[in-house]
Amino acid sequence: MSASEKTSQEKPMLEIRDLGKSFGSVRVLHDISLTVMPSQVVVIIGPSGSGKSTLLRCCNCLEIPQEGSITICDKGIVTDGVLLPEKELNALRMHVGMVFQSFNLFLHLSVLDNVAVGPRKLRGMSRAKAEELARSHLAKIGLAERVDAYPAMLSGGQKQRVAIARALAMETRVMLFDEPTFALDPELVGEVLQVMKALAAEGMTMIVVTHEMGFARDVADEVLVMDGTIIEHGTPQEIFSNPQHARTQSFLESILSPG
Amino acid sequence: MEASVLTPVWQGMGGLLHDALVTVEVTVAALALSCCVGLLVGIARLNPKNRIVYGVASTYVLFFRGTPLLVQLFLLFFDLPQFNIMLPAFTCGMIELGLYSGSYVSEIVRGAIQSIDNGQMEAARSMGMSYGQAMRIIILSQAVLRMVPPLGNEFIALIKNSALISLLTISDLMHEGQKIIAISYRSLEVYLAIALIYLVLTTIASQALRQIEKRLWVGGMVQ
Ligand SMILES: Nc1ncnc2c1ncn2[C@@H]1O[C@H](COP(=O)(O)OP(=O)(O)OP(=O)(O)O)[C@@H](O)[C@H]1O
Ligand SMILES: [Mg+2]
Repeated sequence: MSASEKTSQEKPMLEIRDLGKSFGSVRVLHDISLTVMPSQVVVIIGPSGSGKSTLLRCCNCLEIPQEGSITICDKGIVTDGVLLPEKELNALRMHVGMVFQSFNLFLHLSVLDNVAVGPRKLRGMSRAKAEELARSHLAKIGLAERVDAYPAMLSGGQKQRVAIARALAMETRVMLFDEPTFALDPELVGEVLQVMKALAAEGMTMIVVTHEMGFARDVADEVLVMDGTIIEHGTPQEIFSNPQHARTQSFLESILSPG
Repeated sequence: MEASVLTPVWQGMGGLLHDALVTVEVTVAALALSCCVGLLVGIARLNPKNRIVYGVASTYVLFFRGTPLLVQLFLLFFDLPQFNIMLPAFTCGMIELGLYSGSYVSEIVRGAIQSIDNGQMEAARSMGMSYGQAMRIIILSQAVLRMVPPLGNEFIALIKNSALISLLTISDLMHEGQKIIAISYRSLEVYLAIALIYLVLTTIASQALRQIEKRLWVGGMVQ
């Protein structure tokens, strides 16, 4: 399936228009426009400090962009620095799952409670219902046996899979991944990527910041190259085999042949 | 001869223990106040951008932490009546000890909250929790663990500081002791007895806190 096939009549899941974001006087992002259709997988690559994390964080208002607008599920969450009212914003955030580089599992909760706490407190489920839902999500990622463990007792790969399950247990429509395998030992990267691939195959809309080129090649419908703005975008094939921009070329060289 | 001089001390022992109860009552009430105030003020001082709330909370801490307890106590008890605010001595002592200790507790609360990795708040917010929910369900639940040891110190200080309220004519442990000394002239024995009772109270308090700490850690959270 290519992006264009599955998108013809549907409404975009996420739409960014002319986004700009500054920290103090430093303009980190400018003139970013992006449309992500349902079930599309977009991979973002780019050098360190190019604003990839900041862009993702803008998408659920962990950062507030001063310019431009972001629309998710047909609802404008921010327009020229003005946020949606707090209540509606929180409700919308339930549909946007975020997976962090450093996992950020709730350290005082068991694996089961990490996944169940959202449904229980935010989706009004009873404890039994929420735990049942959590168990099914955990079983799906192969962690059924670790439900009673605490985050500190898990490997990095397991932590990240729990973090993905936690996000999925909300009514998630879009998943944002910020270098989900960056903090992992090489032998643990695979298990996390596998969960992400399965998710993509199920039709989840995903925006993934990653330097795992294999994943991008296999799963991405579109690859964006960032450096303060989107300097180039296209299918993985186009970007990896035939990069147009000089900065894309040098960036790809730097990650494909380190040292 | 010797025995007869000591008699008032022994006879006073019952009264002393009874008045230790007053000390416990004042301290427990002050402790509850101190925790409530400390929690609110500690949270209020998290965000300097919220100028008014931050300003009020900081002024409170500045005053109550920066001036002697004794001076505050006298201001409340002897000078408030000038403005037609008459508080019973017990209430006065309770409020004053609570507010004084609350200023320290607020710093403990603030420090513990700020020591929790910001990623916890971000993860909670990004799943749709409001600030209040994230604070309650995620941040405070973790921060409490880090508050317990310094709170233990603070509560012990509170128990000891409560001796000052005897100056407000409240018949607490210290006040009663001084009455016995006035009759018996046996200050060494009486003060030692008082010290011993305080020691028992502070030991009970610190053991209780240790138990609470153990309970809280049962979750297996390792940081
Ligand atoms: N809270 C902040 N305050 C000030 N500057 C910030 C803040 N967050 C990010 N920046 C700056 O914004 C720029 C973009 O940062 P960002 O983290 O988005 O880059 P990135 O592409 O994710 O980099 P990396 O690959 O290293 O994760 C950097 O120059 C960074 O220093
Ligand atoms: Mg980043």
